[in-house]
Formats: sequence, structure tokens, C-alpha cells
Amino acid sequence: MTAKVSLATVWLDGCSGCHMSFLDIDEVLLNIADRIDLVYSPLVDNKVFPEMVDLTLVEGAVSSEDDRAKIIKIRQHTRLLIAMGDCAVTGNVPAMRNRYSVEAIQQRAYVENADLQRQPPTSVVPKLLPKVQPVHNVVTVDQFLPGCPPPSTLIRDVLLALLAGQKPTFAPRFG
Amino acid sequence: MSSVKTLKINGKDVSARTDDTILQVIREHDIFLPTLCHIEGLSAVGACRLCLVEINGSSKLRSACVTQVEEGMEVVTDNERLQKYRRMILEMLFVEGNHVCAVCVANGYCELQWLAERLGVDHTRLIYLHPDKHVDASHYRYAIDHNRCILCARCVRVCGEIEGAHTWDVAGRGINAHVVTDLNTSWDSSPTCTECGKCVQVCPTGALFKKSRAIGEMAKDNHFLPYLKTMREVNKNDR
Repeated sequence: MTAKVSLATVWLDGCSGCHMSFLDIDEVLLNIADRIDLVYSPLVDNKVFPEMVDLTLVEGAVSSEDDRAKIIKIRQHTRLLIAMGDCAVTGNVPAMRNRYSVEAIQQRAYVENADLQRQPPTSVVPKLLPKVQPVHNVVTVDQFLPGCPPPSTLIRDVLLALLAGQKPTFAPRFG
Repeated sequence: MSSVKTLKINGKDVSARTDDTILQVIREHDIFLPTLCHIEGLSAVGACRLCLVEINGSSKLRSACVTQVEEGMEVVTDNERLQKYRRMILEMLFVEGNHVCAVCVANGYCELQWLAERLGVDHTRLIYLHPDKHVDASHYRYAIDHNRCILCARCVRVCGEIEGAHTWDVAGRGINAHVVTDLNTSWDSSPTCTECGKCVQVCPTGALFKKSRAIGEMAKDNHFLPYLKTMREVNKNDR
């Protein structure tokens, strides 16, 4: 019996729609369950990224200092990194804030539109980066999976191809 | 002089009328060649450069839409080099605007999105510029979102050449170029706009759209496109 492929999924600045689409591959998850080991994910309760993971799916753009530190660390501990969905691939909706300053956005969100405690957070919440970046602007990405979200059939086909040791082929589509 | 020219496209012998462009011949033979600014019946401007082809193995690429056929020409429409440039052009269009397909009225109906899919653009290697562009929603029926405009000038040409109103034009230079209504005044105050909506229907992206359309609802009504050539000739004869 061959060793299981270790799989991680990461959720940066995104809406979790890509993870929903991942879960939407339904019974295929059961079919591949004996071939993969889900070692780190919002779906499992492991707080520490393992020493080395075969395949990591990244949802979301890099928007905060926490996102950036996470993705740099994950890259160092991942063999194959996949940018999953438009936020990871292009910046998408989170990057729509890039034409404004962080101060202006925080003023709008935490002061003008707030009723209580009208001030930007100073602790606990990670500091926002000046610009939201697609993942490949920060670390090397091995495979891009655009779509908002990428259709579950596409996530399924890419996973099955990779598990079979093949290079996935597909027509990429933004949006 | 012969009214027919013979040339080769992708190694295949084809004949063309003397005043045909390479693009016309390519389309007549059902060969795929990506275009964004071209519409049959409107003047060709060579704005998008996606239809660039190799001629006689020359290193200088030519836009098929604005290059006339010549006897003995050898045209190549597709190879690794051309694909590389076309993908690069699409990537530049994506980073120069704010194209957020996921929240666009034209999602699923956008020619930029289709071509990216067709040409295999799965990400951009360039840095997104996130330019500060605005929206003119002053018109009661239509709106323009400059964030999604790729400056193909289809709206300018259909308005001037077919409708005869010439409400649209291009102002500014280089990265600052943008389409304007009349003398850069708001659309609702336009004395020339006839509200025909042709600009909205020929727009390849979601830049021009009908109001009250939500995400992915801006299907283009392009039933009139086959008649553009005839309409333009009628207009010319009237003048």
C-alpha cells in the first residue's frame, strides 16, 4: 500500500465559498478518503501547520500581516501549492479596497458606520497590509484554479488528476 | 488587374478579394482568431492587437484587421509566440482596469472573460494597478463603469458610424485614456445621445450596461450585428 497524500486547505481573505465548493464534491470525498490525509484545514482541528504537506489548497487573498506570515510559512512546508479561487488568484473582491488607504477604509468601517466603540481595532485583529495581493505576488504558486468559486467539478477533476500523478488540464475561467 | 489575390493561411491556399483584410479572409474560412475591438461592419482600428499574425515569417507582427491581403502572402495565425503575446495582452487588459468578474453584470457574457478562458489565462504575471476609475450612472436607462472599459472604442464607432450621433469619443492619452460622452459631460446631459443603446450592446465587457441588471444578467442583445455593414453603407450613401 502506498502512503497517503497529505492535504491541507487554508482560508485567507475570502468568503469560504471555495471551501464550500470543495465540500460540494460530495461522495468523491469519501472515494478519496483512503488516499488522502487531511492534516490541516478550517475543517479539522489542527492548529499547527505540519512539517511537510504534499498538497495545499489556498483560498483567499493576502490581506493582513497574519495572512502574509501564514502563507510564507505554508509555502516553506508545502510541496505543491494551489491558489484556489479568484481571491487567491487575482485578489478579486478583497482587492477592491486597494484604491483606498487602509486608514480611509478603517475610518469608514469602524467609525462612520459604527454605533459603539467607534475606533479602529488596536489589538487581536491582525493589521491590514496597505494593498491586498494575490497569493503568487507573495509566494510561488504551482497551480492556479480560478473561479468564484471554482466549480466543484473542477476541484474534483484537479484533485483526482493530481492523486493519479497527472498534470491537470482544464480551461481556466475567472468569475 | 486581377480582382482576386491568392495567399496562404496556415499553409493552406486561399483566395481573397483585393480589398479584403487578412481578418476577413480568416473569418470566411472559419479559422479562430481572437479579437476584442473588431466588429464586422464597423471601421477597423487595430486597437486591441489580439488579432496579430505572422506574415512571411517576419519578426514584425501585424494586426489582421487592418492589414490588406497581398498576392503570395504567407500568414500564420497561431503558434507559441503569438499565443504568448495574446496572453500578455489579455493580462495587461486585466491589470490596467478593475475587472472583478465575480461581481460584474457581464459575468458569463463578457468577451474578455471568454478569451481569457479560451487562451488559457489562469492568472496575471503583472501587478494589478487598481486605478481610480469612476462610474457615470447619471443616465436613467444606461450606465458606464470605466473600471471595466478596455478602450476597444466599439461604442465610439457604432455611435458615430451607424447611429450618426457621435456621442462617444476617447479623451486623454496612454494610461489616462477613457471614453467620454460629448465634451466629457455627464451622460444624462447629452444633447446628442439618442438612447438607442447600440453602444451598450456592442460593448465586449460590462463597462456599458443597462440599469437594473444584477451580477451576470447583462446578456448582450446583438441581433442587429449582421446588419451593421448594410446600415453603414446606407449612411455613407445618404451623405
